[in-house]
Amino acid sequence: MIEASNLTKRYPGGFEAVKDVSFRIDAGQMVLITGHSGAGKTTLVKLISTIERPTSGSLVVNGQNLAALGRHAIPHVRRHFGLVFQDQKLLFDRNALDNVLLPLEIAGLPRREAIRRAQAALDKVGLLAREKARPIALSGGEQQRLAIARAVVNRPTILIADEPTGNLDAESGTAILDIFADFHRVGVTVVVATHDQSWIERYHPNVLRLDHGRVAA
Amino acid sequence: MNAWFTQHRAALVAAFRRLWAAPLNTLLSLLVIGIALTLPAFGYVALDNLRDLGRNATGVQQISLFMNLDASKKDVGEIENRLRAAANGKWRFVPKEEALKRMQSSEGMAEIVASLPRNPLPDAFIVEPTNTEPEALEILRKEIAGWPKVAHVQLDSAWVKRFDAFLRLGKLALWMLAGLFAAGLVAVTFNTIRLQVMAQSAEIEVARMIGATDGFIRRPFYYFGALQGALGGLLAALLVLGALRLLAGPVGELATLYGGAYSLKLPGFAAIAALAGIGALLGWLGAQLSVSLSLRKFD
Repeated sequence: MIEASNLTKRYPGGFEAVKDVSFRIDAGQMVLITGHSGAGKTTLVKLISTIERPTSGSLVVNGQNLAALGRHAIPHVRRHFGLVFQDQKLLFDRNALDNVLLPLEIAGLPRREAIRRAQAALDKVGLLAREKARPIALSGGEQQRLAIARAVVNRPTILIADEPTGNLDAESGTAILDIFADFHRVGVTVVVATHDQSWIERYHPNVLRLDHGRVAA
Repeated sequence: MNAWFTQHRAALVAAFRRLWAAPLNTLLSLLVIGIALTLPAFGYVALDNLRDLGRNATGVQQISLFMNLDASKKDVGEIENRLRAAANGKWRFVPKEEALKRMQSSEGMAEIVASLPRNPLPDAFIVEPTNTEPEALEILRKEIAGWPKVAHVQLDSAWVKRFDAFLRLGKLALWMLAGLFAAGLVAVTFNTIRLQVMAQSAEIEVARMIGATDGFIRRPFYYFGALQGALGGLLAALLVLGALRLLAGPVGELATLYGGAYSLKLPGFAAIAALAGIGALLGWLGAQLSVSLSLRKFD
């Protein structure tokens, strides 16, 4: 469960990207954060995933107030999230399998078990046959699927994505949407920041609309 | 515990891979570290050998005790008793008759000795204490000088003191040199790790975003620094051993020319392990400093 109360993020210089935002996302829900460019979607996603710290207000995720977290607790909280970025943030000097292995290495899983789980995650997104390929050899859609495999390999309770279909053609974008929907169906909470309206038409998710950093009516 | 062990093992393997991935860079870094450690290590071994040489040189740590001319056998016995109790080492009695015979056998002295009305030489003792520190020798000399019927006690303390001062000066210079080279080693590791952090900034950024702790990110760099330092230390040990083996022959010949025998003392397993350990410690320190500074930009 994710619950925000009067959440505000002010950057140095005084710009407020998120202003006094309150909302609640129940476990297992699929929520789209939408809004025009600069509405505060990415900042809200960064706040939920602890990449940014709120300036004021509270943000409770799975019973923990992220605003009050100590520096050393943050990495452990992040392991409960699966993060997918618009630019994927893949490691180009590692092959597909090694990219997916990274979260498991961080968790300290034994190598054999980690490989088994990474291969299962690659299989889930249809990339098992390309486990030895470097990201540079993958298409945009495949790279995004690889990023999703890395995000879900640790079996997160919450899957968070920022414009995951932003750089993809319509067909690849739909394939990505379907993968997120699959995870939602098995009980994972899915939070996606996007301005892609096809999500709404296809899956009828809950929508949190932002406008200039505030929740729009 | 299992996860902790798995992560440490993975970090160690990653450190080995990084060393192996750029063999030329690794070789050059090891050479720089090895040479930096070789100079103070060789200096240490050289001083250690000199100290041994000084202690073993004939006559250097001997105390000569000369009795009064009128000392009786009873007086000599008393001194023997006192030496037995006081001097922790060897001693030898030289009767005045033996001393005279030795003098006679010296070139050009036979006629002079023959012309003497009586034996002018006293009974004497040659004492070789176990503790050859200059201070300990001086204390023993003073103690012996106070014994009954002792006319004169001779210790070549000036030579011993000069030699000891020379060794102390050498030791100080060695520490200064070691400090300088240690700083150099730390700087080399610092720079190597800084370049590695720069090269792996994308991986570090992603790892942080998906839940890597500071320890997880820092660990491979620490292992790399320590490993590189340890290998540099082993290389230094090899260079020192090689140099000593080359010098062993000429030093032995020189000792023979001076009428003695001396073989260079080579560093043992403990000394080699210590050198590798010092290298590892300095490498770890360089990595620690470098990672702490380089990772600030990711905070």
